[in-house]
Amino acid sequence: MIYRENGQFKISYRADQQIFPILQDRVFIVAMLAVAFVVVPAFASDYLFRAILIPFLIFSLAAVGVNILVGYCGQISLGSGAFMAVGAYGAYNFFVRVPGMPLVPALILGGLCATAFGVLFGLPSLRVRGLYLAVATLAAQFFADWMFLRIKWFTHDTPSGSVAVSNLQVLGLSLDSALGKYLFCLTVLVVIALLAKNLVRGAIGREWMAIRDMDVAAAVIGIRPMYAKLSAFAVSSFIIGVAGALWAFIYLGAWEPSAFSVDYSFRLLFMVIIGGLGSIMGSFFGAAFIVVLPIALNRLLPQLANLFGLEMSTAGVAHAELMIFGALIVWFLIVEPHGLAKLWSTAKQKLRLWPFPH
Amino acid sequence: MGPVLETIIGGLMTGMLYSLVALGFVLIFKASGVFNFAQGAMVLFAALAMARFSEWIPQVTGLQGKLLANALAFVAAMVLMIAVAWLIERFVLAKLVNQEGIALLMATLGVSYFLDGFGQTIFGSSIYKIDVGMPKDPIFLLESTFQGGLLVNQEDLMAAAIAACLVGVLAAFFQYTSTGRALRAVADDHQAAQSIGIPLQRIWVIVWSVAGFVALVAGVIWGSKLGVQFSLSVVALKSLPLVILGGLTSVPGAIVGGLILGVGEKLAEVFIGPLLGGGIEIWFAYVLALVFLLFRPQGLFGEKIIDRV
Repeated sequence: MIYRENGQFKISYRADQQIFPILQDRVFIVAMLAVAFVVVPAFASDYLFRAILIPFLIFSLAAVGVNILVGYCGQISLGSGAFMAVGAYGAYNFFVRVPGMPLVPALILGGLCATAFGVLFGLPSLRVRGLYLAVATLAAQFFADWMFLRIKWFTHDTPSGSVAVSNLQVLGLSLDSALGKYLFCLTVLVVIALLAKNLVRGAIGREWMAIRDMDVAAAVIGIRPMYAKLSAFAVSSFIIGVAGALWAFIYLGAWEPSAFSVDYSFRLLFMVIIGGLGSIMGSFFGAAFIVVLPIALNRLLPQLANLFGLEMSTAGVAHAELMIFGALIVWFLIVEPHGLAKLWSTAKQKLRLWPFPH
Repeated sequence: MGPVLETIIGGLMTGMLYSLVALGFVLIFKASGVFNFAQGAMVLFAALAMARFSEWIPQVTGLQGKLLANALAFVAAMVLMIAVAWLIERFVLAKLVNQEGIALLMATLGVSYFLDGFGQTIFGSSIYKIDVGMPKDPIFLLESTFQGGLLVNQEDLMAAAIAACLVGVLAAFFQYTSTGRALRAVADDHQAAQSIGIPLQRIWVIVWSVAGFVALVAGVIWGSKLGVQFSLSVVALKSLPLVILGGLTSVPGAIVGGLILGVGEKLAEVFIGPLLGGGIEIWFAYVLALVFLLFRPQGLFGEKIIDRV
């Protein structure tokens, strides 16, 4: 009875086409934003910011990017880690080589580098699809790994290839505190997620979905496959690139080429699938699941072992973590193959009827 | 001419080893339509099992003789791989029938995380050696034809021979046994195969066991070459491009693809590598496969993809 659209009459096209047509949704989103911007900073500890919230925000951003490509346009990509790396190193080079370069333009330029890289490695999608494409995009991953390790120009000629940034500030405010970093990441995430949400419900998003559902049929009704696929690669790798730059600049601070390994590509794909393909909201759920799960396992397992009087070594914990992580993913795919977003929409459907059964 | 030939021969033999891993991918994809990312983890798991069993069996039973210990360890590891195959079929694949390809792909990734963790939990995570008595010394061939002869690694030669035998045995198994015929029927059409009474579940267990067997052989060969360690599962990632190059559904494709990539990779590393700063082996295979795919999207020997609206 609380959550439903009955009685909310739309009297203009604008009102009819808004992002959240139901009043309760709008209230919910505003409340969530208020919690994220005001309540969390007031209560969260430094550890919470650094270990959980900031990684969660950055990975949500990357997952939104991956979801646009995989969930909305149907092009399976295993090159996300490479796009993150290109974004990070692109932003780094602009930041270091151009004197007086502010942070935000550097991030955006890094994203644009990732866009160029993504479109280049998206070209095979015009010929191959499905699993063949997934393997083909792995090429991007291995190429980027090699490029940043071997071509010293990208890493500013540092001998070990590891680079660092310092003295980050936005509009004159320093980003040294965990709170500042959190708020900055949150702002970037909110802005980009809003843009992404609007893109996918606009004309271009519908083209992507048509391509995803059946590209030959989409081409027959006049959608240009090249334009649709490459634009999906461009938008998605821009977002992933910005996320990569944030990860490097804000979370890591100092990093080396191996920071963006193929494991990142896998984890991002996990986030998107566990969260729900083709849902911006799902990206957040998936990111939360994949970011929090290893941390929770890491803290819980030794205590559980203690409970049974067993002593667990660090390596033992790491291996048990891998096992449980793998098993949980398989279990999750079995019980809810459509992801957490499906549970979310089922819950909303149920709320519409509540408290009546029909 | 000598160095070029030497590189080509070296490439052919590495290529054979890659094909060995790739065979596992192709077998499973053909029979169940699952792109098995866990193949690398299976290779590592099998190699770990083999390495540790060959240590443990003489200790426990007090048996003498390396050959016997190795043979027993091989059998034990094989039994373990069959158990793994059965468990995967029972608890993962059977529950995911009719899901999209990408969900199955992610499930196998989950399995690979699990196997990595499980293998290292029970077998330990240091570097182990597999010693099956492969000759290590390089030999010289055709010394009369070329000056100085051709330097060939005997171990590689043995490995390539084993790989070739394995491929022959598998081909015969697929072609001439009734189980092999059932496997081919399932690969062609699941429903039709089921309707003439071929039990799908059992076929899947068999296919995963065969893939486990291939993984075991690959693990033993790679393990005795490089030592059994975590990086062994990366070998599988390196053999992925040859799977798509040869075609996901073609056993001969995996072999020919492996040979092409092995030679291409070695030649590129020797002749182009120095210009680009070395280490291009890592991505060269992928880029080569990409270029091939632009002209033949289904791979060299893959079935033609027909699109209908």
